[in-house]
Amino acid sequence: MEKFQRGKGNGLTDLITSFWQTYNTLIYTIFVHGMLALSIYITLACGQLSLGNAAFMGIGAYTSALLTMKMNAPFGLSLIAGGMMPAAVALIIGIPTLRLSGVYLAMATLGFGEVVRVAFLNMSITGGSLGLNGVPLKTELWHLVLVIGIFIYFFIRLRDSRFGRILEAINEDEVVASVMGIKTTYFKVWAFTIGAFIAGVAGGLNAHFTFFISPREYGFEPAVDILTFAILGGTRTLWGPLAGSTVLTTLPELFRFLGPYRLAVNGLILLLVVLYLPNGIVSKETFKNIKKIFNGSGCLN
Amino acid sequence: MFLQQIANALALGSVYALFAIGFTLIFGVLEVITLAHGAVFMVGAFAGLIAVTRFNLGIIPAILTSMLASGLLGFIIDFVAVRPLRKKKYHHLAPMIATIGCATIITSISQGIFGAEAYRFPFDFVPTKSYEIGDIQLTLLQLVIIGISFSLMIMLILLLKRTKWGKAVRAVAENRRTAALLGIPVERVFQITSFTSSALGGAAGVLTGLNFNAIHTYMGGPILHRGIAVIILGGMGDIRGAMAGGLILGFSEIMSVAYISSDFRDAISFGLLFLILLIRPSGIFGKVPERKG
Amino acid sequence: MLKLENIAKDFGGLRVLNGVSFEISEGQIFGLIGPNGAGKTTVFNIISGLLKPSSGRIIFNKSDITNQPPHVVTEQGISRTFQNIRVFEDMSLLENILVGMHRLFSYSSVSMFFDLPKKKKEEKQLREKAMDILSIVHLTEKADLKAGGLSYGEQRKLELARALATEPKLLLIDEPAAGMNPAETEELMNEIKLINKNGYTICLIEHDMKVIMGICGYVAVMNFGEIIAEGSPEEIRKEKLVIEAYLGKDEKSA
Repeated sequence: MEKFQRGKGNGLTDLITSFWQTYNTLIYTIFVHGMLALSIYITLACGQLSLGNAAFMGIGAYTSALLTMKMNAPFGLSLIAGGMMPAAVALIIGIPTLRLSGVYLAMATLGFGEVVRVAFLNMSITGGSLGLNGVPLKTELWHLVLVIGIFIYFFIRLRDSRFGRILEAINEDEVVASVMGIKTTYFKVWAFTIGAFIAGVAGGLNAHFTFFISPREYGFEPAVDILTFAILGGTRTLWGPLAGSTVLTTLPELFRFLGPYRLAVNGLILLLVVLYLPNGIVSKETFKNIKKIFNGSGCLN
Repeated sequence: MFLQQIANALALGSVYALFAIGFTLIFGVLEVITLAHGAVFMVGAFAGLIAVTRFNLGIIPAILTSMLASGLLGFIIDFVAVRPLRKKKYHHLAPMIATIGCATIITSISQGIFGAEAYRFPFDFVPTKSYEIGDIQLTLLQLVIIGISFSLMIMLILLLKRTKWGKAVRAVAENRRTAALLGIPVERVFQITSFTSSALGGAAGVLTGLNFNAIHTYMGGPILHRGIAVIILGGMGDIRGAMAGGLILGFSEIMSVAYISSDFRDAISFGLLFLILLIRPSGIFGKVPERKG
Repeated sequence: MLKLENIAKDFGGLRVLNGVSFEISEGQIFGLIGPNGAGKTTVFNIISGLLKPSSGRIIFNKSDITNQPPHVVTEQGISRTFQNIRVFEDMSLLENILVGMHRLFSYSSVSMFFDLPKKKKEEKQLREKAMDILSIVHLTEKADLKAGGLSYGEQRKLELARALATEPKLLLIDEPAAGMNPAETEELMNEIKLINKNGYTICLIEHDMKVIMGICGYVAVMNFGEIIAEGSPEEIRKEKLVIEAYLGKDEKSA
């Protein structure tokens, strides 16, 4: 391998440069979609279905883009604001709906997504249906790596902590969790709010490399995409949603020949995974199988 | 002016009610929120349109064709996506997610076939006549819409109240385990319910297409949001509630367009939904839901 | 300690509990018996806050806990198990217990995020404590296994241990011996007695008369949503009403 590289020297540099020029948007998008998958993962991890994460992403995108464009706010600050704003909105929606059974959140967030889209379309500050043009290009690869790294670190820490166990308990059996003395609504609202924060930050980062944002990027279809990321990957571990989003972000390149039917593939994946792989492609079962394979070869040595 | 708006609201609201009644029936019996109901509505509208433009059918046969097509689609969705999830111990949200998958597939394929443009019924399919009752001007179209949707809803209620299968449906909605013990074919009841509810959704699609004289592949989304608002407003699984909720929503939308602004018409349903979740989450007629220990 | 005053409960027009009153005093093992459908589990659901009574009051240690949500009832010191076992199947035994102990954790989210010594120390201490609780029901060896993989009897015991982990004063146990073989039942009775000796008051729903007669100090009998008799196990055995309503029928069917 090394020999090959040395031999090709300049050619390889050129190759990398041209690869990067062709695919940098795709790579950026993989990171953003990874964050979005994590944003829905935390609500799914406590048994709640949020269909509003695309809207939260939109609120984050508009908030942070407007801050950098109109107020010249530092990028970091506008990103944090882009997370806080949807988190605040999530609190307002979450408190009344999360007291009720799981389907209410799904329905309320579905309706909420529509309202956000309509609001973006009709407000003058968001540029109406034209959207915002000329968002400064500030996002760099290391920003994305750093931010997703922080989120992943958070989820790893969560796993063996009190909060993580509580979310898992609520997911498994909400009634029993409440009898264990857990204020289930409180924790569900937190999970939902954190999810909104993550989606908002992802939206902010996304807005600062796409140059242009418009209401149609944050409607129902992207919300279904986000759900599909998490369901395909599986919600038992945090790696599931990340794998799911990476696969589904790369795949459309392959499905391009399907033209208008491309979205049907998404729906089909969602359906097939729910029916036949209820734990997703990255589940503990899959890991066990991989381990078995490795252990098997280890024995041979 | 105000009375006139009430007439308009009645036409709009009765279609919302017709859509929501099927939606709420599926929830009441199958305990599934079928997010494919909007897609079924859209397919029903296109089926009705094709019946009229291709086969020159009149309005009643066209609606029956549409109900047959959307009913079958509803049956297939239940058979393919929901039924398997009833059998094993799945997460309670799994069927709902499966119906999102179905909705995406159906919408995407329809968009592939029909594109994004709006289709119309032939000119004067419903003659542009109007009748004056006092100060109110009712068009023939409005009368047709109100008449058909209310007849269908009343037929459904009579079916549920008077017939043998109606009793079976109500028994399954009450408690499916007990119903099964009493020898009611629960699986068959699920299928009949899916067919009937979707058929009503399809009829609502045709009527909406007539009302706005436009049918397009993305008409399923907005009606789904309204359907959700209506069934939460009326109490989930409550048929009277869905009727009342549909009329209330139609009324609120017409009044807000008439007296406030049309920009946020699409957001009214969510406003109502959110309000009801804040003050009375069980809906207008509903009882407070209790968790089982 | 716990006092039910005239509790009634209607389900859609059907009265399932009618004026249920009884009192459990501290240190007791209180048995609640009666035929299937008598309303025993409904009483538990009402005490633990999962259902709201249609009327009546529940007093626990002098405070009114009627209509309180489940987590508040648990905080006040009442914990329970379920008739149809409900352990967290995908979590390990230890994690099941740790969920029960969640109120004992005091580290902040900052400690969690940065994995600070406070968090590490607390997790370690409380894990040790959780192991102690598991040892009461003799399940320490399986601590790291998934609860879903346990046998029926073991899951019942785990549920009991998880209920203990919330540090209750009163423990409501719903049919602990159901589905257990005689040897397991015997062991369970000893464990319940031991738990009681350690200072926990216990209220027990049970069908197995051997268990009731063997460990309960006081028994209330329910039928058709009402308390039809109460007293010591010996007294209850003699009650004609009880024999008619419950014991006679039970013996016939057994």
